[in-house]
Amino acid sequence: MLHWLSRPWPWYVAGPLIGLFVPALLLIGNKPLGTTSSLRAMCAAVASKDVEFFKYDWKRSGAWNIALVCGVAVGGFIAATLLPHDTSALVPATLFSWRALLTLRGATCIVVGGLLAGFGAAYAGGCTSGHGITGLASLQLASLIAVIAIFAGGIVTTWFLLPLIL
Amino acid sequence: MTLHSLAPYVIAGMLLGIVLVKSEVIYWVRIQEMFRFQSFHMYGVLGSAFATAFLSLQLLTRLNARARTGEPVALAPKELGNGSRYWIGGSLFGAGWALCGACPGPLFALMGSGITVYSVTAIAALGGTWTYGYLRPRLPH
Repeated sequence: MLHWLSRPWPWYVAGPLIGLFVPALLLIGNKPLGTTSSLRAMCAAVASKDVEFFKYDWKRSGAWNIALVCGVAVGGFIAATLLPHDTSALVPATLFSWRALLTLRGATCIVVGGLLAGFGAAYAGGCTSGHGITGLASLQLASLIAVIAIFAGGIVTTWFLLPLIL
Repeated sequence: MTLHSLAPYVIAGMLLGIVLVKSEVIYWVRIQEMFRFQSFHMYGVLGSAFATAFLSLQLLTRLNARARTGEPVALAPKELGNGSRYWIGGSLFGAGWALCGACPGPLFALMGSGITVYSVTAIAALGGTWTYGYLRPRLPH
């Protein structure tokens, strides 16, 4: 069992499991699966002054999402320590390491990538989980547009921008 | 919300984090393979997650299911507006996803799994979110 669990999980196991978090979160507390709002709540908790977007009751409507992503971090730790498999080739150290942070391409991926992901997800009101899974599963046109745009942005960046820095 | 009421979300998050790591969907190379159409893996995960979520939602609606808190389960509809926030925000997010290989949820899974440099990406993503909040009144929605 443990041997089987510690191998990479195939898509037909992982996908349905991820999908089940949508009904699970609805049944737990009527919450939509998504992680983008955790960043908004963290900003509101730290530096809300003068910015309307962060003046909301984050403890009431955003704390659950911070709890969720804290859990995700713990889950990541558990998976990497108790059920490890070799993932070293999946995150190239030439791009994603403290040493790489001092190079142009490393800083572009680590810092510019994070900035764009955080800005874009907040602007679009969701990311892969909120729009791609929850939004699409509830047949929202807004989420279909967001998913098309996400793939357009990702494909253009991968095919035309990344080759310039790699 | 009390700490006690947050516990179920922490537990759900832990299980989600394990799935995200074990299915490798949080790793840059897998995201690159997806955008380069070199592997079915990500499409399989996202497609079957969508199908499962869709069928579950249909079932919850037909059963008139209620949340643990008592109210009927419901997802708030997203305001379409003129759609520009989804076009612009989505494509900028997609560009960021292709560069750093992570969206907000996976960022936390990556940090937890021990790739500490992603804490810089997380701080940058918080900076991006804050910048959006600051510029929001001047952006089309």
